[in-house]
Amino acid sequence: MSNDGVNNGRRRFLIATTAVGGGIGAVGVAVPFVKSWNPSEKAKAAGAPAKADISKVEPGSMIVVEWRGKPVYVVRRTDEVIGLLAGLAEELKDPNNTVTSQQPAYANNIFRSRKEDLVVIEGVCTHLGCAPKYFPEVKPQAFQDNWKGGFYCPCHGSRFDLSGRVLKGSPAGKNLRIPPYSYVDENTLIIGVDEENA
Amino acid sequence: MSKVSDFMAWVDHRVPLTATFEKHMSKYYAPKNFNFWYFFGVFAFLMLANQILTGVWLTMSFTPTAEEAFASVEYIMRDVEMGWLIRYMHSTGASFFFIVIYMHMFRGLLYGSYQKPRELIWIFGMAIYLMLMAEAFMGYVLPWGQMSYWGAQVIISLFSAIPIVGDDLVTWIKGDFLISGITLNRFFALHVIALPLVIVALVFLHIVALHEVGSNNPDGVDIKKYKDEEGRPLDGVPFHPYYTVHDLVGIVVFLFVFCFVIFFWPEGNGYFLEHANFEEANGLKTPAHIAPVWYFGAYYTILRVVPDKLLGVILMAGAIAILFVLPWLDRSPVKSWRYKGWISRINIIVFALFFILLTWLGTQPATGIYAKLGIVGTVVYFGWFITLPFISAKEKTKPVPERVTG
Amino acid sequence: MKTLIALVFAILPALSLASAGGVHLDEMKVDLEDNASLQRGAKYFANYCMGCHSTKFARYNRVARDLGIPENLMEENLIFGESKVGSLMKIAMRPEDSKQWFGATPPDLTLVARVRGADWIYTYLRSFHQDDSRPYGVNNTVFKDVGMPHVLEGLQGMQVKGCALVVVGFDPLTGQDIKEDSCAKVDHDGNQVEVLYLDKEGSLDAKAYDKVVADLTNFLVYMSEPMALERQRMGFWVLLFLALLFVPVYYLNREFWRDIH
Repeated sequence: MSNDGVNNGRRRFLIATTAVGGGIGAVGVAVPFVKSWNPSEKAKAAGAPAKADISKVEPGSMIVVEWRGKPVYVVRRTDEVIGLLAGLAEELKDPNNTVTSQQPAYANNIFRSRKEDLVVIEGVCTHLGCAPKYFPEVKPQAFQDNWKGGFYCPCHGSRFDLSGRVLKGSPAGKNLRIPPYSYVDENTLIIGVDEENA
Repeated sequence: MSKVSDFMAWVDHRVPLTATFEKHMSKYYAPKNFNFWYFFGVFAFLMLANQILTGVWLTMSFTPTAEEAFASVEYIMRDVEMGWLIRYMHSTGASFFFIVIYMHMFRGLLYGSYQKPRELIWIFGMAIYLMLMAEAFMGYVLPWGQMSYWGAQVIISLFSAIPIVGDDLVTWIKGDFLISGITLNRFFALHVIALPLVIVALVFLHIVALHEVGSNNPDGVDIKKYKDEEGRPLDGVPFHPYYTVHDLVGIVVFLFVFCFVIFFWPEGNGYFLEHANFEEANGLKTPAHIAPVWYFGAYYTILRVVPDKLLGVILMAGAIAILFVLPWLDRSPVKSWRYKGWISRINIIVFALFFILLTWLGTQPATGIYAKLGIVGTVVYFGWFITLPFISAKEKTKPVPERVTG
Repeated sequence: MKTLIALVFAILPALSLASAGGVHLDEMKVDLEDNASLQRGAKYFANYCMGCHSTKFARYNRVARDLGIPENLMEENLIFGESKVGSLMKIAMRPEDSKQWFGATPPDLTLVARVRGADWIYTYLRSFHQDDSRPYGVNNTVFKDVGMPHVLEGLQGMQVKGCALVVVGFDPLTGQDIKEDSCAKVDHDGNQVEVLYLDKEGSLDAKAYDKVVADLTNFLVYMSEPMALERQRMGFWVLLFLALLFVPVYYLNREFWRDIH
């Protein structure tokens, strides 16, 4: 077992080739194990787009639609509230929707929606995931004197306006998420698909 | 480089990493004349790892209830991304595990690897084999197909042959008056936690015992007899790197065969995945032909040759138990069959062929010629063990060389 | 080596555990690549089978995707009732009801091809014959006393079991088939060999009907293991990789063992 006559170059090359081959093999073996953690067909079927009838959503009222196990708020805002949205910039952390992952492109406006009155918001607080409560009236509240309508999270007191934009002084950092959605017709909303992602 | 060695020194001061690696790998001297049969130990290790890894992943999507088990296996096969591959790796892996184990045991027979001083290695190995049979049986119940159900029915009923307590014992094992979701659930717990722990512990003991006395070899000579001035066996090579690179060749070839079956032949003609097991368990409808999975075939045949329940069970249990005492039945002064007399040499081959025959018969109906062959096979099986002490002690052996023959 | 492999594959079928209980089965060539056949099979299955038989482990959208059927077409033609496109292919019939109607609940057919095999299904669906002693007036030579009516009667017509002229050979001189009365022969139990022959025509001729059944069988084989093609495709690459990996591993081993004698 002396090292006489050992071709070190050849040996190193073979070790390296085998190691690379074995490494590729190990990655290959990992593929099914990693992929099997993706949402299964069952989960995808359960998370399929949800339809909602919005014909009975009056101005000022809200319905909750379940999509992928999350509450999705569908709110029809009153004209009064819509008028206030533009003037809130001073009170907001991110009035201009700079975090692009929080809304589709078509909701990147002060209304954060396709239509001025109707807004669709995921009811999941961007702080720690509680469901914010709906306080639509423009009137002083226990948590804020000059409340102009919006959502208040009962867990840690995060506040959002009626476009789901987070107010300054909240523990939450980002605006509420707007899910992808589109109109099937005037009175039917489908949450989970839009033209852009269809 | 010095950073690495500093770190290794730091570790070695706290846990004997380098020392362990040297003791079991780079300074563990294995005989240099290992042949084809010596691959199967490492293959068995590979299959154990495969079963554990794929098994853990299967539990993530399997539901151990009578209502959901069958559907959840199909859920894995269809809805879970690449779940089918993990399932086939596990189901094919079970059969390959047994193929490998049987080859590994046959190697032991050929070269007398169970003889002094390796009796405990053999005993630990047999314990692994026994636990593996329990593990495989319970695993086979989990998909809750017709064969799962009726196979379990037959095997659990074996315990009813025990006098006095038999029937109560069967009810206790089932946890119900029939095989139900309760039985399934406890088998699941044993299959995924209890037995794997036991098996891994036994494998550890098997290897500790092996490395204590050192590996046997096809010549059955002791390589520690002749050492160089530094105390290294002249006929040995360090396990690492010599046998790591050597085993690697075997592993790639083995994986090729294994993957061929997984991807092109996963049902193995009904031997690896039985056709009837694609039908959900139905306690009111017995399949026309109940056959155990092939790896239990030999014992199933031995069970059936006696037309008496208790005797059949005793005979079957005896067929497994007698393997445990093999080290004391073989009284030959030589280990390897290479240097045993011609009667022993022929007997080993005949024994192996009849074991294969018994295995195959176990998957067939016990009628006509098959029933008769089963009797012949059983006689040969036990005959080999019973005659072994006399033949091995009496017969003339060839002189064993001092050094391995390459 | 090649002959050895050929030999192994020649012996394997004989070793198979599949058993049809001694009934002769006609062979059918399954072709999972034939999407048109699978699509027709899916259509026949939805029209003739899904009234009673579910395939409750499969999902509509998976079938649509695998067979290249557009989802909206699937929704319109194959999905009945309230089911969504991502739903499992269950049926509305309750097992308790169907058990009362047919004497046994019609089994789920997702995996029937893996339980019975393609040849069995292919032969079974072509082996219904008139038998007035049965509740539905039909029996089956492959599955005796089956509790299922002949749902494809409109296509096949109705067969009768009895003596008939069967083609036993071909006369090269006259260029005509040699026919023989089947009952002239006896089987090894001493019974006359009765055969099935068409008594009442259906809307299809025998050849067209066989094709319908073949499509249906093809679909059920796909259904029993929808990933079969993917499995083989992937297997090819895995084996190729291992074959390539063998080269450096083999030479590495040789390199190290060169100096061991």
